[in-house]
Amino acid sequence: MDVRTIVTAVLVALGCFLIIIASIGIVRFPDFYSRMHPAGKADSLGQALILIGLMVFEGVSLVSVKLLFIIVFIFIANPTTTHALANAAYVAGVKPWKKGEDRK
Amino acid sequence: MFDVAATAIVLAVILVLYRGIKGPRVCDRVLAVNVIGTKTVVLIALIGFIYERPHFLDIALVYALINFIATIAFLKYREMGRLD
Repeated sequence: MDVRTIVTAVLVALGCFLIIIASIGIVRFPDFYSRMHPAGKADSLGQALILIGLMVFEGVSLVSVKLLFIIVFIFIANPTTTHALANAAYVAGVKPWKKGEDRK
Repeated sequence: MFDVAATAIVLAVILVLYRGIKGPRVCDRVLAVNVIGTKTVVLIALIGFIYERPHFLDIALVYALINFIATIAFLKYREMGRLD
């Protein structure tokens, strides 16, 4: 096997692991503000790892430049969306979860 | 290799879809829709690599832009009550 294929496989597997962990976190966390934590951080890192794996697989070409654009855009857009979502929820009056309460 | 990764992403989308259906508030549903949209970008890129059609990456880039703008517009509408 090629070294490039092995590196791609490791990066893509790590990205899939992070994405599945983030999805489990979105399902399992108790309230809205803690659900934004996997959605904002683990998810964008997993997507960036998968796309970096595709870049390594492709080599230097126009395709990898497009992939780099997608990665940069996701890294700008995902935290912005999370921030706007937290702001909208706070304005709408969503209260944070405290220990001992029911899950919302 | 890439088809296994695409299957894993589809499984993650199904998990998040549960939150989108059940989520008690509108915020949870918007969060789920945004996460599913950003996963779809990666899924489109992976499908482009599986079938060896690099033009799919342009679709992925445009989909990322549309997803971001749709979420921001909906949140602005929720926050301000109007869109102008």
